[in-house]
Amino acid sequence: MKHPVTRRRRTQALIGMVAVTAMAATACGGGGGGSKKYSPSNKAITEVVNQSTKKGGTLKLVSSDKFDSLDPGDMYYASAWNFSRLMARPLLTFKPAPGNASYEFAPDLATDVGKTDDGGKTWTYHLRKGVKYEDGTEVKASDVKYAVERTFDKEILPNGPGYFAQYLDPDGTYKGPYKDSAPDKLGLNAIETPDDYTIVFKMKEPFADFNYLAALPQTAPVPPAKDTGKEYVKHPIASGAYMVDGQYEPGKAVNLVRNPNWDQATDPLRKALPDRIELLEKQDANDVDNRLFAGTAQLDVVGTGVQAAAQNKILTDKKLADNADDAISGALAYLAVSSKTPPFDNVHCRRAVQYAVNKSQLQRAQGGEVGSDIATNLMPPTLAGSKVTDMYPNGAKHTGDVAKAKDELKQCGKADGFSTVLTARANRPKEVAGATSVQNALAKVGIKVEIRQYPSGDYFSQFAGVPKWVAENKVGIMFMQWGPDFPTQFGFFQQIVDGRAIKPAGGTNLSELNDPAVNGLIDQATRTIDPAQSAAIWQQLDQKVMESAVIVPFGWTKSLLYRPSNVTNLVVTPAYSGMYDYLNIGIQ
Amino acid sequence: MTAPIETTGVAREAHPEAIADAAGARIEGRSLGQIAWARFRRDRVAMAGGVVIIFMVLVAIFAPLITDVIGGGPTEYHDDLLDPVLNIPTGSFGGASWDHPLGLEPVNGRDIFSRICYGARISMLVAFLATLLSVVLGVVLGTVAGYFGGWVDGLISRAMDVFLAFPLLLFAIAIGSSLQGEAFGLHGDTLRITVLIFVIGFFSWPYIARIVRGQTLSLREREFVEAARSLGATDRHIIFKELLPNLVGPILVYSTLLIPTNILFEAALSYLGVGVQEPTASWGGMLSAATPRYQDAPMFMVVPGVTIFITVLAFNLLGDGLRDALDPRSR
Repeated sequence: MKHPVTRRRRTQALIGMVAVTAMAATACGGGGGGSKKYSPSNKAITEVVNQSTKKGGTLKLVSSDKFDSLDPGDMYYASAWNFSRLMARPLLTFKPAPGNASYEFAPDLATDVGKTDDGGKTWTYHLRKGVKYEDGTEVKASDVKYAVERTFDKEILPNGPGYFAQYLDPDGTYKGPYKDSAPDKLGLNAIETPDDYTIVFKMKEPFADFNYLAALPQTAPVPPAKDTGKEYVKHPIASGAYMVDGQYEPGKAVNLVRNPNWDQATDPLRKALPDRIELLEKQDANDVDNRLFAGTAQLDVVGTGVQAAAQNKILTDKKLADNADDAISGALAYLAVSSKTPPFDNVHCRRAVQYAVNKSQLQRAQGGEVGSDIATNLMPPTLAGSKVTDMYPNGAKHTGDVAKAKDELKQCGKADGFSTVLTARANRPKEVAGATSVQNALAKVGIKVEIRQYPSGDYFSQFAGVPKWVAENKVGIMFMQWGPDFPTQFGFFQQIVDGRAIKPAGGTNLSELNDPAVNGLIDQATRTIDPAQSAAIWQQLDQKVMESAVIVPFGWTKSLLYRPSNVTNLVVTPAYSGMYDYLNIGIQ
Repeated sequence: MTAPIETTGVAREAHPEAIADAAGARIEGRSLGQIAWARFRRDRVAMAGGVVIIFMVLVAIFAPLITDVIGGGPTEYHDDLLDPVLNIPTGSFGGASWDHPLGLEPVNGRDIFSRICYGARISMLVAFLATLLSVVLGVVLGTVAGYFGGWVDGLISRAMDVFLAFPLLLFAIAIGSSLQGEAFGLHGDTLRITVLIFVIGFFSWPYIARIVRGQTLSLREREFVEAARSLGATDRHIIFKELLPNLVGPILVYSTLLIPTNILFEAALSYLGVGVQEPTASWGGMLSAATPRYQDAPMFMVVPGVTIFITVLAFNLLGDGLRDALDPRSR
């Protein structure tokens, strides 16, 4: 007699076996690493690809993330800065050109780059005449002043950089236009507008890099009458070639249409090719790549490159590789070694880490050769005046030098090794993979590492960026990646090595390096206008930081970008972290 | 497959001799356990499940010895075996070879076989201990509620309702992510495994407790309990000598069925990043790391997926078989 129950169970087991076989079959379907490989063409890194002046069409953009804001006064993402220029015109911007030419300023709302006649304390800009907002009113110099004043109020606009407040009002006396007692809300004395087309910035200390501040989207004009504070993000008033159609829905979508009052005669930069630009946010990252391959979306706005799976599709397919660019992003991936947590308060213990790490494995964690170049010092090779040095050579392929590391440990008085804590951001697989490599490499020299993972959203505000927390948890090593706000040595170094950048929370000088010599060199370089002289000072600073061994650099990151062949005027812009320049793209 | 004892239909507490009499066999006393085992042995599917489980448990226990011979340590990098450009293992089947029978992980080249073996330790440890915790809690509270009734029953039953209504997954995620670093004098994997066991075990006891309570409710009115009570047996005697032996069957069955649920739950939590963390191997963690690479390194995802699947299926088949063997009325 047959058992009904047993028969049912036998069927279950059978189904199970079929499922296993099917899954195993899928596994062999995927090709191994033996297939033929192709290098990305990198064409858009050296030239503008698909040059065209053909107007019309709808440009479809996608993003796996969302902008921190669409309000030009409230954004910090490079992709948002790049995108904002479609709608808003800052005083200056960067040339939409390949390579180092992209670092050159292009006057946008201003007629020329800023001039100073007192060594960098006063900067004057003249505005173009006839630039109009989407409602037809003309842009005035006082609107630029008002836009800059807005950035002082971190309660209303928390996201953007705070450089203007830091340099124009170091004592923090001005609280922003929303708390301004002046009737016209233009109470900031450090900015003067002698007429409607002139704006003058006055500082107490010279600041050689001021033109970079003028190129922030924060200098794009905002008409005070139309400012809605926190709500302005939904429909920033356009001064550029496009304006928001209806409202921006953060995390969902924004559509741009032509600004009817934009006049090509006032704008030598913008080509304004597509009739309409549609952006969908918060799309699945792998799906974004597939849509780019299929040509149903034209660009990934995030601009940090394709996902791992798509990366390997590109590298094994000649057609895809021909449309791909492996762009240097200008960011440095490194381990911040605490200068305070024992035994890392001893320089020799920090140097032991420098020798012990396996940078070849860390490069793999970053996505391999297309993901990063191995870094041996701080300043990225794309920055003007940079020089590659290697103070702690640890093998031909940087796989670690156990003997030298052990020698440093002996000098540190910890010949038998010690235990420490390493932090990484849990939602960054590259850091987690890197953390296990560091753990293995340091175990070889006797340093026992415990890995702790924290969410990236709170990494600086609650964990690694809080000196008190670092001390309490005896954290020795912290994963870190730093991309400068503007492509200068100052922008690169100041926030990560200047002792005065250490904050009770939210700091990025994770090593808590506070070396008077380093701080002094930063001040000296900031005051130096001559590029050759300042480059020499920055190189000296780089060496000083490496000597103190508080930063273990391991990767200058790169992004593998894909451009569908129907997109025109594409060029990689190092000025915006090595993504495509969004100013003049069109569609065929 | 034939079942000679099918015709008996004798209740469990009846004298075992009756079964033998009815079957017309030589009269010989067989205990309930013997009968159940005889039934179970004939169920080849359930036996297969049992064999797989024993195999998995052995793998978990002897993981260090096994990986000494094949695979190497679970956190050891074999990055020299990866394609330098694509970052994935060279060769088909995810770089499978005699040294690395199930292939290598992309990016760092850790041995997948070795990580599966060590992952089994976490899965089994968490699933078994969590099940043990919930069974102990469930049996104690279930018997107490069922036997004493009244306000005790009311109180415990409401507690069960509360626990069952608790959004367990959200709670587990919240606890898992807030207990970073050190807590209760523990840190690292020890802390995380303890938290997993506690969370999973402490919140699944009502499932067992409800079944035990129901069984106790019906058993306590039976003649043999009445008899014991009329002879002046204490509550303690009745619970331990009269009730619990009759509850062993359902408890065993439901524990066996709870283990795979707990394995899945542990895997789900590790997948969501609140279980054990890198570099400690866990099946759910492996799945999570493999998901973004399913297109170019499918073996990485298939192996832990299939392992979880087989283990859970084996436990379910075993549990089903046990139920059939222990409870003839369920047929």
